[in-house]
Amino acid sequence: MFCVKVKIISNKKIGQKYFKIRLEAPKIAGEALPGQFVMARISDDYEPLLRRPFSIHRVIGKEIEIFYEIKGKGTEILSKKKAGEYLDVIGPLGNGFDLRRAKGEGRRAIIVAGGMGVAPLTFLAEKLRSIEPRISNFEIAVLLGARTKEQVSCEKEFKNLGCDVKIATDDGSHGFKGRITELLEEILATGYTLTGTGRLYPYGHKQATGKNKKQLAACSLQPAAVVYACGPKPMLKEITRLAECYHIPAWVSLEEYMACGFGACLGCVVQTKNGYKYVCKEGPVFNTEELLP
Amino acid sequence: MSIAVCLGGLKLKNPVLVASGTFGYTEEFKGFVDLNKIGAVISKTITLEPRQGNAPPRVVETPSGMLNSIGLENDGVKHFIVEKLPFLRKLKTQVIASIAGARAAEYAELAKRLDAAGVLAVELNLSCPNLKSHQSPVIPWRAQASHQKNNQLISQDKKATYGVVKAARKMTKGVIIAKLTPNVTDIAEIAKAAEDAGADSVSLVNTFLAMSIDVNSRRPKLGNITGGLSGPAIKPIALRMVWEAAQKVKIPVIGIGGIMTAEDALEFIIAGATAVEVGTANFINPRVSIEIIEGIKGYIRKHKISNIKNLIGSIEIQ
Repeated sequence: MFCVKVKIISNKKIGQKYFKIRLEAPKIAGEALPGQFVMARISDDYEPLLRRPFSIHRVIGKEIEIFYEIKGKGTEILSKKKAGEYLDVIGPLGNGFDLRRAKGEGRRAIIVAGGMGVAPLTFLAEKLRSIEPRISNFEIAVLLGARTKEQVSCEKEFKNLGCDVKIATDDGSHGFKGRITELLEEILATGYTLTGTGRLYPYGHKQATGKNKKQLAACSLQPAAVVYACGPKPMLKEITRLAECYHIPAWVSLEEYMACGFGACLGCVVQTKNGYKYVCKEGPVFNTEELLP
Repeated sequence: MSIAVCLGGLKLKNPVLVASGTFGYTEEFKGFVDLNKIGAVISKTITLEPRQGNAPPRVVETPSGMLNSIGLENDGVKHFIVEKLPFLRKLKTQVIASIAGARAAEYAELAKRLDAAGVLAVELNLSCPNLKSHQSPVIPWRAQASHQKNNQLISQDKKATYGVVKAARKMTKGVIIAKLTPNVTDIAEIAKAAEDAGADSVSLVNTFLAMSIDVNSRRPKLGNITGGLSGPAIKPIALRMVWEAAQKVKIPVIGIGGIMTAEDALEFIIAGATAVEVGTANFINPRVSIEIIEGIKGYIRKHKISNIKNLIGSIEIQ
């Protein structure tokens, strides 16, 4: 964890209100793990007063990239910052996604991103690719959900990483019309991806594919897939339900208001099966088994 | 040139402390600052039994400030003594334990146990706005006027303040600091009650009871509905209250409220504060306490002040 003033390399507008800011932050880049975040001080003044948490979107050598949307005063000010200016950041903070379960022959990762929830997941996909370079059939399915076609982000980035990308939009302007979690359930229930490439479950589970959803859920076979997700609360709640129903290990990245980001203010709690936990220090990534249904 | 000050029998190498609840149990900041350089560290408030705290959201940003309703989440005094104190003991700075209870007897018990554990000073949190009666037994001196029933704070009543400080005084030889709420008409008379009961120092102010509403959902932004306002937004009011209290009591006053810079700290000292506590600023800039100490040193040097004691209460009023 470092508290450093870092140089802005670029701050580019992507689409209507999305931005990507690149920072020269060798210390943070050297330690960062997918799912971790930084706290950025937007203004030296008192407006806004608090730092803002941002997922680390990508690590490129000595640089880190943040993908953000203009949501309020803080991100508005951030969007006006120019290359060459400096930004005061603390990071990397929190715990990243657990990658251990994704490793190994025949394994498969399903990444589910809802809206801006895509921010930490590109870094995750890159990491997954780099830790399993030898296994050519290591599949990463990426499910991108958004309101409209314009709001679908990072499709190309994931495709370039060789991920099997599926899209769902609320209005049906791109890909499947409906919620991204419906798409996920379909995949989990059939045991196949929609394109039919690659088996979700290992050998031995094949006979289960003919069964209905309920029977499938009752199967105690250890699936060879893990789910990683980030997005709005209702989506993550649904993923928590699906993970339990289909016996799939799943990790979700949560968000909560926080003042400091490093465990001092105790502001960012989330209710879990084991009482309150801090999103900043014990999260932001949680295994869904810990979370309340 | 000296910037050392005393709070009763507690000697501080400089007048900058970190406020309770804004510095965790200190260990959280070890990667950011040389903890030994801080005048004193004050722990997160400790209660007899563990408390899980309030429902989220617990923090909300407001113009030049923030609201919090943490609800005194902590693992209880036993956990503090066993798990947290060993680290704090190794520091070459003074350690003050912040304590809170529902009744005078609980403060007394906490003071006794911490004294026995070798803690030299306690700050009685008589002013947390996030204590609710359903989490704590009935407080007999509760005022009737409170819009939020059962939510009267000890330091909103001078008799209650006197009673709690007196009870703690009987149980500890250590330094007692009474931390006061600003949610009163006359803070000076509450400070006086604490002094009369034997407090070595008073610290003020805690947060201002406040709220914020999301106009789209029409819901309060805090899970607890109301919370405490802190940050630069409250500084001018806090400064006025410190100035008032410092004229009324002879014991050292510790100034708290929105201190972000050395200049802010100096304002409190000139108004009559012997020391200051830096709070919300720690969240934004974890190194701020050290920067404030350096700033105070620079000021003292520039103005050729031989001892910071000459600056305390040096406000010039025609």
